[in-house]
Amino acid sequence: MRDTMFLRRLTLFFPMAIFLTLVGFFFYRLVLIEKGNTPNMIPSVMINRPVPVFALPSLISGKPLVASAALKGKVTLIDVFASWCVPCRVEHPLLASIKEAGIALVGINYKDRPEDALLWLEKLGDPYDAIASDRDGRVAIDFGVYGVPESYLIDKQGVIRFKQTGPLTPEDIRDRLLPLAKELNK
Amino acid sequence: MTLRRNFVCVCAVALVLLGLQGAAFAVQPDEMLANPQLESRARVLSEGLRCPVCQNQSIDDSDADLAHDLRVIVRQRLQSGDTDAQVKQYLVDRYGDYVLLEPPFKTSTLVLWLGAPLILLAALGVALVFYRRRQETSEDTQRPLSAEEQKKIAALMDPQDDGRKGTL
Amino acid sequence: MIAEIGHFSLILALFVALFQAVFPLIGAARGNRAWMGVAEPASFAQFLLVATSFGALTWCYVASDFSVLNVAQNSHTDKPMLYKIAGVWANHEGSMLLWIFILGLYGAAVSWLGGNLPPALRARALSVQAMIAVGFILFILFTSNPFLRLDPVPANGEGLNPLLQDPGLAFHPPFLYLGYVGFSMAFSFAIAALIEGRVDAAWARWVRPWTLAAWCFLTLGIGLGSWWAYYTLGWGGWWYWDPVENASFMPWLAGTALVHSLIVVERRDTLKAWTVLLAIVSFSFSLLGTFLVRSGVLTSVHSFASDPTRGVFILALLAAVTGGSMALFFLRAPRLKSGGLFAPVSREGSLVLNNVLLSSAAGVVLLGTLYPLFMDVLDLGKISVGPPFFNAVFVPLMVPVVFLMALGTQMSWKRGNLTLALRQLKVAGVAALAALLLTWAMSRSLGASAAMGLATWLFVGTISNLFNRLKPSRLSLSEVWRRAAGVPLSFYGMILAHAGLALVIVGITGSTAWKTEKIQVMHSGDTINVAGYDLAFKGVEEGVKGPNYIAARATFTASKNGKFIADLKPEKRMYEMPPRPTTNAAIHTSAFGDLYAVIGDPNESGGYVTRLYYNPLVPWIFIGAGVVALGGLVSLGDRRYRVGVPSHKVNPKNPVHA
Repeated sequence: MRDTMFLRRLTLFFPMAIFLTLVGFFFYRLVLIEKGNTPNMIPSVMINRPVPVFALPSLISGKPLVASAALKGKVTLIDVFASWCVPCRVEHPLLASIKEAGIALVGINYKDRPEDALLWLEKLGDPYDAIASDRDGRVAIDFGVYGVPESYLIDKQGVIRFKQTGPLTPEDIRDRLLPLAKELNK
Repeated sequence: MTLRRNFVCVCAVALVLLGLQGAAFAVQPDEMLANPQLESRARVLSEGLRCPVCQNQSIDDSDADLAHDLRVIVRQRLQSGDTDAQVKQYLVDRYGDYVLLEPPFKTSTLVLWLGAPLILLAALGVALVFYRRRQETSEDTQRPLSAEEQKKIAALMDPQDDGRKGTL
Repeated sequence: MIAEIGHFSLILALFVALFQAVFPLIGAARGNRAWMGVAEPASFAQFLLVATSFGALTWCYVASDFSVLNVAQNSHTDKPMLYKIAGVWANHEGSMLLWIFILGLYGAAVSWLGGNLPPALRARALSVQAMIAVGFILFILFTSNPFLRLDPVPANGEGLNPLLQDPGLAFHPPFLYLGYVGFSMAFSFAIAALIEGRVDAAWARWVRPWTLAAWCFLTLGIGLGSWWAYYTLGWGGWWYWDPVENASFMPWLAGTALVHSLIVVERRDTLKAWTVLLAIVSFSFSLLGTFLVRSGVLTSVHSFASDPTRGVFILALLAAVTGGSMALFFLRAPRLKSGGLFAPVSREGSLVLNNVLLSSAAGVVLLGTLYPLFMDVLDLGKISVGPPFFNAVFVPLMVPVVFLMALGTQMSWKRGNLTLALRQLKVAGVAALAALLLTWAMSRSLGASAAMGLATWLFVGTISNLFNRLKPSRLSLSEVWRRAAGVPLSFYGMILAHAGLALVIVGITGSTAWKTEKIQVMHSGDTINVAGYDLAFKGVEEGVKGPNYIAARATFTASKNGKFIADLKPEKRMYEMPPRPTTNAAIHTSAFGDLYAVIGDPNESGGYVTRLYYNPLVPWIFIGAGVVALGGLVSLGDRRYRVGVPSHKVNPKNPVHA
């Protein structure tokens, strides 16, 4: 009789236990949002995978193809951008600081008219070592791009080590990108 | 309720999600394949693939530019002889399990998939316990009093007794 | 000035609610009649103050007072009046105000109509109701104040999302909230009963009409939302298992279970703890929905701007309301002693099974909706739980529910006879088999055939239940009439609600299994055949002026076998403020389906992309949902629930049981 009473008490406790667990999950999810991890962020599956194979024409005519094969041997930041993308403007001036830190900078101009992109770069400056023109956006899809700007940090072996969705902020560069690049450069 | 199609994602995130350009409009006639069998496979596949840009829309429904690109990719893969599973894998390789509207069956989704039968079993269990308990208590009340219980009742009924001797 | 009056009355309402939360509760504990009595005037005062506040905001919208931030962000002078008013609740702040307005309305209604309630129960329930009000008014005042002023005052407002400028969506939120908030009544009564430690048949009889009313509104709200999605989103879908849709569906499932379990409490004086728990859970699901929609923890296509601060506040509210009530449940539920007995095979038994299945369904929807969130928190990767999952787990749970709906209602109370019940369903069984075979012959689709068979089983079974009751084949007309008048309204309500669901199932099956879709580029003069209808494209008229948009309007002439049927005029609209395009489908409804036309973009050669659909049986979904809600309404008119009617024994010579 005592056993069944205990069992009954336990069943009555069950709804509250489930509910409190849920509240815990909800609260932690809100904390994650505060930290910038919003539910519409899709973590990249490309991390720790070799860069997708690509060979795209250069945005600037007369320059050689921009190809994945050339990425090996140095730490590179691949930056996907477009002239029609407003947040890209915010990020653009910061790219110089990345180059200064000794990281090679390769741009992928996403679904853009070359003349628009060139005009944009003329106005805002061109920090890139090379710029690939991805007019149909296929290479970007191989990278798993779903919004611009996006940037990928590639190590010396040509493996993706870091991805940023959305514009890089000075804090991102200082606290995450540069320390990681330093480590990869060792 | 839902604001789906036409409702081009208004996201707080400071990036241009690839839906804002062009007024494309779900699956387009010029995307469709001439081969009706392949086309119907493409439709079924794209209905089960989530557009990474527009939340909770399949690429078949989505207006986003990226959804258009993915629909075209699905059809190109099918034309080059991919199986349905291979087409899905192609997109999973790029965007992760997130693109599958039907979550895959794996360790991390075990609780999800087994959840439905488990919840039902638990609920049935509660109902069963309810009936069992009812039966026990009813048997309990219908059973004749034991000798000891009768003695206690007699003691309680006895006006001489002040209640100190026998308590239930 | 008006906005300040609104703000000020909201603050006053807070104090009144605080007063109403504290004194009647103490009064009930001490048996002090006077203290208990204050609940009544307090609830009226609270309602008047909240109504003033709501009225003030509405006034600001009607008068287009753009010095109020909320109005400036969501309205525009060019908007038609209906959407200026609907704009009040088409945004987060205003919709929360509608929430507490309805909460106040229910509270005042209990005071007004609940004269026959025991004073202590009424005082406690109103006190709990006021506690909820306190929480939500604090939430509005501190995180979502709709009365904030804007300086400098903009010349005009930012306008309302054109998708929301639609009659279906204008009325959908009020109904939804009448449902959500209505479950607070069952909740308050449940808490009051837990405090008293007593639940009995009388309690169930008081709670049931409130629950039934809320359930009707929620049914209508969900139906309206689904209908709106169907005709505005331009592809003929009406349900997508989006988190926001699920947020409204979970309380509906729990509420449906509650409406049924209350019958058992009323009849057999048992299943008490379970029913109290269901009342708590139904309202908690409503609160959970509010949290999920407004906190941004899940990705949804819904538009409420999400804000983690608000999220934390609502979560705290949810934790207090649900956590508190579940703690109380844990402490007090053992006191709820069960009364009457029944066999598992009986009407009560089938209601228990109904509860098992419906609450499992609610649990499964909850699990699927929240699973991506669990994965996020545990860092297990990102997945999507979409329609294929929900269909795969939900449908198998609903099949036995529908099967039982026809069977259970044929069983007698206390101890049923399975063979006897099945024998009474002979006609339904034959009809179901015929429907199944017919569908199979026509479509070769196993799923559709099973669904049509099941729907027929439910429909014919339900109607034959009515026949068994009235026996029109054996008795004289006057005798049938006498019997019909003697049958309680709740029985008719049940018949309507169950038959309505059968219609919904037929509609769902038809629209998923036999939809015809034609997507192509058409030039003026082209004709396309869609499911037997010829649709001739007559071209597009550009630059059609609407009140606050410019449209391109296409004309299709639909005919069947050369006979004219209707002109369909789908539009593509460009709204001025905010500048956003919408596609407006043209729908021609007939008894067996909808012709559905959508016009897309022009191409270089002067043709237009057109999407033409025949959606068979879709209207049945919405009509069916309406019939289900009507069933609830009819049931509500049952004399047992009528205000002021003392419960009395039924004439033993003419026993009527619902």
